[in-house]
Amino acid sequence: MSNFPLEAGMILAGLLFLAGLYGVMIRRNIIFMLMSVEIMFNAAGLAFVLAGAHHGQADGQVMLIFILAMAAAEVAVGLALILQMYKLNKTIDTDAISQLRD
Amino acid sequence: MNIIFYIAALIALIATFRVVTHKNAVHALLYLVVSLLAISVIFFISGAPFVAALEVIVYAGAIMVLFVFAIVMLNLGEDSIQREANLLQPGVWKIPTILIVILLAELIYVFASNQMTAGNVRIVDAAEVSQRLFGGYVLAVEMTGILLLSGIVGAYHLGREKKREYHRYLQTNEEEHE
Repeated sequence: MSNFPLEAGMILAGLLFLAGLYGVMIRRNIIFMLMSVEIMFNAAGLAFVLAGAHHGQADGQVMLIFILAMAAAEVAVGLALILQMYKLNKTIDTDAISQLRD
Repeated sequence: MNIIFYIAALIALIATFRVVTHKNAVHALLYLVVSLLAISVIFFISGAPFVAALEVIVYAGAIMVLFVFAIVMLNLGEDSIQREANLLQPGVWKIPTILIVILLAELIYVFASNQMTAGNVRIVDAAEVSQRLFGGYVLAVEMTGILLLSGIVGAYHLGREKKREYHRYLQTNEEEHE
């Protein structure tokens, strides 16, 4: 049981998640979109840890460790893909990558 | 302890909003680090010091450095020298510095007042997390290891400089022409 209410922590996690979602939707630069996905991962991890701390269990922290490992793997592959995309198209604007539609 | 949570939450929200709306990638990255540090403070005061340390080391350390490397390799913008000069102006790092100083003051206050053990927060330390991690979740740990291995192999494969390879039909055609 924490000193601050669990609801406040969950609202914070929800707001951070929505900020990340907003970033994915409004940005066209793919680096910013990847950063926004990181924000969303982090918000989910925050919700896990706060819920785990509320019940005094270690499971929430275990879940955050898994989220960390997954985010690391995702960022490594995603940045390699962005480098390939820049090498092929000379841009990181996602609106310019529309060869499949043409 | 209550007010510390709200200050850190406000800093996290401000920094995250700046990440989403900022134009410059490096500045946005700076704000993202501030946001991660604020969330780390929240972890710390909610009785999870091990995960707070992991958040700083892995997220704000390793993953953000990966982003910096990618931005450096992309070399975005034609006027990178001009942008480098802009980085040194105080307007760029003033707001992140203020946010970081507020977080530092909170951390010093938490350590100095020693309220971590006095409150009703139950501290779940690293030993308990490790026992749970390698007790019931050991299959998930192995699957995470396989995920990391495939991530390394995938990143290496995608980032490698390939020499041009032709399809075998094209190769035979070229040899016929020659």
